[in-house]
Amino acid sequence: MNRTLYDKLVDTHKVCDLPDGDMLIYVDFHIMNEYTSPQAFSGLDSKGLNVWRPEAHLAVVDHVNATRSSEPHDAASKLLIDNLGANCTKHGIAFYGLGDPRQGIEHIVVPEQGLVVPGMLIACGDSHTTTYGAYGALGFGIGTSEVEHVLATQTLRYKRMKTMRVTVDGETAPGVTAKDIIMKVVQVVGAGGANGFAVEFAGSAIRGLDVAGRMTVCNMAVELGARAALIAADDITKAALKGHAHSGQFAFKGENWMSDPEAVFHKEVTIAGTDIEPLITWGTSPDQSVPITANVPVASDYVSPKVKAALERSLKYMGLTEGQSAKSIEIDTAFIGSCTNSRIEDLREAAKILEGRKVATGVEAIVVPGSAMTRIKAEAEGLRDIFEAAGFEWRPEAGCSMCLAMNDDIAMDGERVASSTNRNFEGRQGRGARTHLMSPAMVAAAAVTGHLADVRDFKQETST
Amino acid sequence: MNKTIKGIAAPLPLTNVDTDVIMPKRFLITITREGLADGTFADLRFESSGQIQPDFVLNKAPWTQANILIVGDNFGCGSSREHAVWGMRQLGIDACIGTGFAGIFYDNARKNGLALPIVSTDTRDRLLQFANNSNGAEVTIDLAARKITTGEISASFEMDDATQTALIRGRDDTLDSLEYADAIHAFEANLDDKMRVSVRK
Repeated sequence: MNRTLYDKLVDTHKVCDLPDGDMLIYVDFHIMNEYTSPQAFSGLDSKGLNVWRPEAHLAVVDHVNATRSSEPHDAASKLLIDNLGANCTKHGIAFYGLGDPRQGIEHIVVPEQGLVVPGMLIACGDSHTTTYGAYGALGFGIGTSEVEHVLATQTLRYKRMKTMRVTVDGETAPGVTAKDIIMKVVQVVGAGGANGFAVEFAGSAIRGLDVAGRMTVCNMAVELGARAALIAADDITKAALKGHAHSGQFAFKGENWMSDPEAVFHKEVTIAGTDIEPLITWGTSPDQSVPITANVPVASDYVSPKVKAALERSLKYMGLTEGQSAKSIEIDTAFIGSCTNSRIEDLREAAKILEGRKVATGVEAIVVPGSAMTRIKAEAEGLRDIFEAAGFEWRPEAGCSMCLAMNDDIAMDGERVASSTNRNFEGRQGRGARTHLMSPAMVAAAAVTGHLADVRDFKQETST
Repeated sequence: MNKTIKGIAAPLPLTNVDTDVIMPKRFLITITREGLADGTFADLRFESSGQIQPDFVLNKAPWTQANILIVGDNFGCGSSREHAVWGMRQLGIDACIGTGFAGIFYDNARKNGLALPIVSTDTRDRLLQFANNSNGAEVTIDLAARKITTGEISASFEMDDATQTALIRGRDDTLDSLEYADAIHAFEANLDDKMRVSVRK
């Protein structure tokens, strides 16, 4: 057999074909949050349906909760949080709510609890569920109607996608992180370039990443339109599976969770690792990025009137001048957090830059560890002290926070944020807010200089 | 859902219109599906002050009456929020014609009777031009024949069979799938214990 990893995962989870051309696939594990699940539960109630297998679901509070306190910051968010708790109690579903020592951002909590292993199929009402591909598991985001479908049937209606392999070969330079690798992929493939595809990441630059880095890569694969992202399981995966609450309880055997050597993909993309520099986004789509050493594009670089118009719209929204250098972009806020980059590994990288330095005058700097367990670990390692000594605000509660600003961490109109998050859309961090995506270390570098800065300049300083 | 959607088409040629733009987060703090029409495209339709933004296409005649959008590439990208589709339906949108849609948005649309015919770039651009210049002439989307007709344009579109069937029949996927309960039980019976996740409470 010459099958891709993706096809193996689909084949092993296929329940049956349906007459209209879809198939039913089995969902091994389903995660819920407080904002995309309420209408799914009310859908069950209105149809008089039960949850098919309650123990295969986990619900966490992460999107709307305040991160300054374990108390909801307003009545509306409290309603969502309480509603999820009540639904879980009613249906016998595990619920890691505010104050629970296991609470945090769903895609940080799940690996931390040992709830993802190679060969699983995981669904969640959140687009960044592609994260689990880092473990050789098939994870993908679903809408609320599909959340209802999983709750009621433990399956989804599914159509097999085309496959794309993105190979990143060659050693990346010091200062280039997993975030820069995936931002480069988004830049090359384009924001919708992988619509309809399941993407497998391969090549020595990917294999060389730890699982945290692989999660960052797979997490942001949805920003190129990939509905699924995968990295073959290997010894690094195996090592990362040990030592968690659920470790050893699940083993999805029966296949090698990697593509066969002769497997053929519908599309191949190759990127040289040596070509990747630390990147920043300048626009309002994740594919609008340039190396930190470069300039914001100019309209005359482009021929197509449509592309020119899009460029001008993005520059206007972002308050930038065409051709200005990336390093000349001054920031108001630095944010480290989100399911993309709030793991312990991310906090360590940022702390390396912050140690012995101060956040620039006038910059508000916030760090929100991805989970309660991540926060406690970071505090034990002394990372909190480093962040606070530098002038970062260390948030005591975990959540998505300013990544999508559904809680009270909202950037103001015109506020410019250096952000370790995943989306620089118009209005994402607040109406009129201007987001620049980059790695956590680059956010730290921007925080201390007051403008976008090259992390590699810092490394040189500390080494001399 | 009828087999044919007819109405006025509004041009919305922006690329990469994401679901944050379709339904800004401040409208998501809700436990129901209702009340989302005002939130739909809110930051495009309204100024920060709440005043109507007169330059936005859906605020201009004849497109205030539009029930079809001709959209830019990669419409519906980003967040999985189904609220975006619920809001569009509540605003009276029955179809978006484009060159390609983000996957989760596409599936959400199907669940809510929002048709997303996929056409070539050339056809989309001709439809954009027509929508701009036709003073509200009717566009017809024949779901069964997978055909769009208006003025001098007659073009076929792509739509997978399952989505086409779902849109024409307007069925409830959850109840339909439960008719396969025996197959699901049989699949589960073949799993060994190590392949059954049980989350600690």
